[in-house]
Amino acid sequence: MSPHTRAVENWTLQPLTDFVREASARLVLVLTPSGQVLAQSGFSRAVDVMSAAALASAIVASTNELARQLRQAPFAALSHQGPKTGFFLATFVTDRGTLAVLAVYDLDVSSLGLVQLFYEQLAADLKAASPKGAVPKQVLAADFERELTDSLNTLFGR
Amino acid sequence: MSKALDMITRVRGVRGAMLVSAEDGLVVAEQLMEGIKGGAVAALAASLAGRLRRAMDAAGTGTSVFWHLQAEQGALLVVPGSEAAGSLLVVAVTEPDVNIGLVRLELLRVAETAV
Repeated sequence: MSPHTRAVENWTLQPLTDFVREASARLVLVLTPSGQVLAQSGFSRAVDVMSAAALASAIVASTNELARQLRQAPFAALSHQGPKTGFFLATFVTDRGTLAVLAVYDLDVSSLGLVQLFYEQLAADLKAASPKGAVPKQVLAADFERELTDSLNTLFGR
Repeated sequence: MSKALDMITRVRGVRGAMLVSAEDGLVVAEQLMEGIKGGAVAALAASLAGRLRRAMDAAGTGTSVFWHLQAEQGALLVVPGSEAAGSLLVVAVTEPDVNIGLVRLELLRVAETAV
């Protein structure tokens, strides 16, 4: 297992570890659409996880709203590719609630095709591993900072 | 593109043919028999093509013009298109006893004309 792959909720760890290895992704976040991080791989600083989670959450919210205004179902996945790096953001539904995966990959070691291929496996594995009958926990504003600190401490082994 | 793939799939023993974006690993065009996972073949063939290109660069052999991966129950044949052609791969999935020479000829012809 990569030393940089860590999970707040342990059931996400093995599927994420497999995805990172197979897709050769550099950075990966598994999070809820509200920005709560369940697992991460490749990040070395808490501040980067916080920023990436907030931005991914904002993209999910804005594309969902765009789809709503177009009277479409929410977009399944979003891909953006630059000259050297690409990112892939997709959401899927599990018993834990809707989850989002953000993957950043370098074009010299991976590709959109590979990330899409192994993302399908990751989504299936996470759906199978998610706690059955679990009611998604609401994070209240009053608890948000404590929850965030606890999650980051777990993700960075503090 | 469909006509170009016809040239490959009409060869006896060919189970499918695809044009694949080498950079993205995505299918550009395909004609596949049922049961062949086109998306997976495309993604993995493009990944392999990238690694082979680097291996051949390191070995100083120049760029590859054809590769043939033989397995127990079939073979994967690939001709990389030129850089000018937008880096497409012409891919064929075949039965194990296919006429490799004929498929190779058709792949090269498609790479020259259609890609």
